[in-house]
Amino acid sequence: MFESLSYLTLQQYWWLIISLLGAVLVFLLFVQGGQTLIYAIGKNEDERTVIVNALGRKWEFTFTTLVTFGGSLFASFPLFYATSFGGAYWLWTTVLFCFVIQAVAYEFRSKPNNLFGHKTYEIFLYINGVLGTTLLGTTVGTFFNGSKFSVNFSNIVNPCNPIISRWETPFHGLEAIINLHNLSLGFAVFFLARTLALLYFMNSIENSGIIKRARLQLKINALPFLGFFIIFIIILMLKEGFAYNPETNIIKMEKFKYLHNLIEIPAAGVLFISGTVLVIFGIGRSILSEYTRGLWFAGPGTIMVVFSLFIIAGFNNTAYYPSTFNLQNSLTIENSSSSKYTLTVMSYVSLLIPFVFAYIYYTWKAISKKKIELGEIKKETHIY
Amino acid sequence: MDGIDISLINWSRGQFALTAIYHWLFVPLTLGLSFIIAFMETIYVKTGNEEWKKITKFWMKLFGINFAIGVATGIILEFEFGTNWSNYSWFVGDIFGAPLAIEGIMAFFLEATFIAVMFFGWDKVSKRFHLASTWLVAAGANLSGLWILVANAWMQYPVGMQFNPETARNEMLNFWDVFLSPVAINKFIHTITSGFVLASIFVIGISSWFLLKKREISLAKRSMLISAIFGITSSIVLILSGDSSTRLIADIQPMKLAAIEGLYEGENGTGLILFGTLKKPENYTEENKIWEYNFKIEIPKLLSYMTYRNSDAFVPGMNDLIKGNPEYNIMSAQEKIERGRYARDVLADLKKAKETGNTLKYEELREKFYDTDFKENYFRYFGYCFLNNPGSLIPNVPLSFYSFRIMVMLGFYFFIFFIIILIGVFTAKIDNWRWLLRLAILSIPLSYIASQAGWVVSEMGRQPWVIQDLLPTVIATSHIDASTVQITFWIFAALFTVLLIAELKIMFRQIKIGPE
Repeated sequence: MFESLSYLTLQQYWWLIISLLGAVLVFLLFVQGGQTLIYAIGKNEDERTVIVNALGRKWEFTFTTLVTFGGSLFASFPLFYATSFGGAYWLWTTVLFCFVIQAVAYEFRSKPNNLFGHKTYEIFLYINGVLGTTLLGTTVGTFFNGSKFSVNFSNIVNPCNPIISRWETPFHGLEAIINLHNLSLGFAVFFLARTLALLYFMNSIENSGIIKRARLQLKINALPFLGFFIIFIIILMLKEGFAYNPETNIIKMEKFKYLHNLIEIPAAGVLFISGTVLVIFGIGRSILSEYTRGLWFAGPGTIMVVFSLFIIAGFNNTAYYPSTFNLQNSLTIENSSSSKYTLTVMSYVSLLIPFVFAYIYYTWKAISKKKIELGEIKKETHIY
Repeated sequence: MDGIDISLINWSRGQFALTAIYHWLFVPLTLGLSFIIAFMETIYVKTGNEEWKKITKFWMKLFGINFAIGVATGIILEFEFGTNWSNYSWFVGDIFGAPLAIEGIMAFFLEATFIAVMFFGWDKVSKRFHLASTWLVAAGANLSGLWILVANAWMQYPVGMQFNPETARNEMLNFWDVFLSPVAINKFIHTITSGFVLASIFVIGISSWFLLKKREISLAKRSMLISAIFGITSSIVLILSGDSSTRLIADIQPMKLAAIEGLYEGENGTGLILFGTLKKPENYTEENKIWEYNFKIEIPKLLSYMTYRNSDAFVPGMNDLIKGNPEYNIMSAQEKIERGRYARDVLADLKKAKETGNTLKYEELREKFYDTDFKENYFRYFGYCFLNNPGSLIPNVPLSFYSFRIMVMLGFYFFIFFIIILIGVFTAKIDNWRWLLRLAILSIPLSYIASQAGWVVSEMGRQPWVIQDLLPTVIATSHIDASTVQITFWIFAALFTVLLIAELKIMFRQIKIGPE
């Protein structure tokens, strides 16, 4: 089936899968956002326990999606994996550090004799919530603004310097943080994660105090989210982009490249606009009424918007990981992917993805029939 | 940073080893305990006996504590291939990345989804759905192990690929060759059964503590029964797969076998060293790396028989592999280095031809990389071109030698241990055999030592290669400063150590609290 597809089609298919995983990951970052709101929403220990347990039942999905996102990038675009992870060392290592402390924090927080006391683990969750979201957003920002790296395959025959990709600044990824456009996306993701978390609390928790405070916090967090998101999008639409000629493979700057992509790929444009409308509708209705199911609009809306951003980063002859050190070293879907054979094998594996979504939905529904409330948690033998 | 920075290589290796060692403290318990819990819950569902539900829930609690920290250390390992080994990621990412991605899609989601049902679904889903979830968690955990071990086996025995001179990387040619390579199958069976053995000892050890304290008698005896049976079965498979592993190593990594045996001069009818101690002689150099025995206990001809099923077979020693042995058709390391350099020169000429636009020469050289003679006789030694000194092909001999013996001796000990435990449980005398109960507690750390020693043999024994014969570890690194890796090494060392202490404290308290 996949054997008959062209190499380019397989490369594009895998970029779509990466985009989908990236989009789902951004949505699932609501767990991280919620971790920064434990004390803002929970006013006593019982409420905080309800919040942590509501988030704790979902943390593994975010974590697993991140791991799968990384593994899929490795399998489908190994040159990106080698260049970005090996180069932007500090950025990625900090992200990883944040996720390590998150994984243990849930399990250890409420256990007796946990060495540090529950507050330390809540601080771990807070660090993960702030840095994990902001840095992941900032990293995705570099897809549009570039990084200083070089790639030279001939290095492999140089016994003194055999490494094929090099980061050409000593800051190894930290320089991405001082780019305001990258940072605006980082902050947009951070406030979006908090906004989605508040919608998740309203949707999943049975506690009038928590819902009331979540609605108030929603106003406070939705505003900066929209602000940073609008700033990011306006700059993105007006800036030059990294275009390449598919025949000569020469990469050059093109004015309004991402705006052109949005227009020239109608599906991306439709996804972006309808996703944005859904997010705003989900937030707006939850603020303006007693509505508690805003997540069902804002969640899919988030996935649609992020998905469309990944599409305009890599499709329509665009370099998705640009090099500002040497434009011609920029990574494109075509020059950084795995071989046709590997992409074909992996495409068969990708057929499992709908099945995975199906059983996640089924089990999620099975254990979330009723809203989470303190009484139920107190009866649980496994508490976070 | 220009040139190869040995300090960077050492710190990068150190960081990866640190992460892998910590990760492997938690993974084998997850692999085995997930099945033990599934057995227990199956009995509960079949019999409806609430005692079994209590037992299942108790071990599930310990499983959860261990699982979280295993997951935490695992994510670092995956991304360290990129952060610390970027050249590796490019050179073989086309093959190596696939099992990692499949692991995520096929195994992690299965585990992550059904673990939520396992922990929180007791009163929300039917008994059978819950039981299915517990089994799926065990399947997910072990499927995850499968794909990681397929990836690791490929590093030891690279098959099913073709070098692409255009992109300067190896590309997959046949997925089934990678997935079903004899090394992959053997490694999977050997490694997961080692996890089953470790988990069985863990359960028996803790149950013994309860018996010594005269607490939770029913829980302890029932848990011991399940674990002893599981342990014996797993031990048999573990020993058999260990035996096949030796034959595979003799075939594909003869230097590793020679280092494990401290065998310098090959001979017909080689004996197996049961135990011995090594000393560094006065004439020791980094070139020859010759260690001598203080003493050794040897079974004549057994190594020849184990490796080739012929008690008179020739087993090459380290000197044969370095200097070559024409009688047994063994090429010298220097010759391999020369051939590897020739392959590199052809690649360099090809790159130059492309740069200068010499299409004719480029096509001619490109053809070579698809020519069987060039592939079999030259390119297969490509990795050797990066080695300056044939002596660097010899791994750390004492470490390989002692680790192997610790692993094997403990492996046999565990098998006997399980049998005695089972006899004790069946004859109802286990409560009175207090020495055995104390030994069972002591066996918990021993099982971890054996498990770690196995990985030391596997990973240290294959040095200097990260991909056998194709890519030496020194070439696989990222372009970063040694000081950068030094900082992250200490950060992770501190973090993992603190988390391990926290984990142990929580685990001990939960055991003390018991199933209530």
